[in-house]
Amino acid sequence: MATDPRTTDPVFVFDGVAVELGGHDVLHDVTATVPDRALTTIVGPSGSGKSTLLRLCNRLAVPSVGRVLFRGRDMADLDVLATRRRIGMVFQAPTLFAGTVRDNLAVAAPEGPEERWRRALEAAELDAAFLDRDADSLSGGEAQRACLARTLVTEPDVLLADEPTSSLDQTTTRTLERLARALVDRGIAVLWVTHDPAQSRRLADWSLTMSNGTIVAWGPPRDANANVDVTGVE
Amino acid sequence: MDADVTFVGLALSSLLVAVAVAISWWRRLGLERDMAIATLRAAGQLLLVGSALALVLAPDAPLWWSWLWVAGIIGFAGITVRARAAVLPGVLGIALAANAVTAAVAFGLVFGLGVFPLEPRTLVPIAGMVIGNAMKAQVVSAQRTVDAVAQRRLELEARLALGQPSEVAARPVTRSVLRTALSPQIETTKAVGLVFLPGAMTGLILAGVNPVDAVLVQAALMYIILGAVATSTAVVTLVGVRRLFTRDHRLVPISRISDG
Repeated sequence: MATDPRTTDPVFVFDGVAVELGGHDVLHDVTATVPDRALTTIVGPSGSGKSTLLRLCNRLAVPSVGRVLFRGRDMADLDVLATRRRIGMVFQAPTLFAGTVRDNLAVAAPEGPEERWRRALEAAELDAAFLDRDADSLSGGEAQRACLARTLVTEPDVLLADEPTSSLDQTTTRTLERLARALVDRGIAVLWVTHDPAQSRRLADWSLTMSNGTIVAWGPPRDANANVDVTGVE
Repeated sequence: MDADVTFVGLALSSLLVAVAVAISWWRRLGLERDMAIATLRAAGQLLLVGSALALVLAPDAPLWWSWLWVAGIIGFAGITVRARAAVLPGVLGIALAANAVTAAVAFGLVFGLGVFPLEPRTLVPIAGMVIGNAMKAQVVSAQRTVDAVAQRRLELEARLALGQPSEVAARPVTRSVLRTALSPQIETTKAVGLVFLPGAMTGLILAGVNPVDAVLVQAALMYIILGAVATSTAVVTLVGVRRLFTRDHRLVPISRISDG
């Protein structure tokens, strides 16, 4: 099941990337590729630079050194707003905005139409009745799935997921994992950050293992995550 | 009524400070020295300003001396805002621009429409009131803008990640900052006369002016101040929030915000 990015066109290439924030190197010497139409995990302990690596993929962070290529083009040359609509992101904590679920979906796609919103909800296994639910009234799992729906409304090619199940129970975690696999089956590349090697092995086609701000192993998860340093895992 | 306060009268009024000092000594607050220094410093500063004002407001003084005074106030207010709200990057330039816009709007309306005649004895005190109140509002709105962006970082990044431009993503934040910053002035305007008699009106009544005339002056000043606070709050918040995003629609890192 593993897709080797060395034999296919990668969705992302990190080319000698370093990121410096507040005077210290968050990432350094990062060179790796991420396969298209596959689920790739980024695995490592807290503070290893996983989230920063993910944020480079939609330009919420930018390299201080090196380049990030998206389908062969330097991300620095792409229109940032249009690119972000092609590369959706779900965060660690559900980040619903005030108002109803419909209001939230309308932030991503103000013009609708309603059918598009319903399709996005369906892809997140939420029924259309959720459109009128107040965002504050949703459980943690429902809120995270509503966030996924809001991201899918823009019909992205890529989904970035930053530890999206870290605050969820096991059942909801498995639901989100299944939804991510379904997106890959629809041809969407998924990058999923986790500190849990078991989740990576369960979920991923390909994996990057990080430690101290750089990638220390990459390949199919069984190999790449074999020696994950779990020091600092919460 | 004779409203002249002699130096003896001033000394007698400072007896109330002695009461405050006594309370501090009695409760061991350790504020006696600070109170004494503050009292003497206030008297010194006001006497100095009063002497300068006597020159600027002299009957034969040219109007440009007053404009120079206004420019000085704007500069000093900008420096004060920078000292108190250094967390906002580039706050000095923003505060100077906000003061200039506020002064232009306020003076344009007040003197352009002939609410007050344009002469030193109206320009200088109105400038002091307008810029003084605008300065306080600028400090509050600059601090709140930074706090709100830091607190709502997750929401802002979620909006940016959906492809919203930073100015659109920041709208809910700027809206709440503007509401919070303007509310106190609106409440003050509502409560005026019921709870407290504001400074200008009190001063005019003490100086023997008919209370109804004093009220008209005060009402006009309150409207000018409300407008000035709204203008400067809007400039600081709307320009300031842009400094918290990069040109390519990312949030400025928190460390850079806190470093100022």
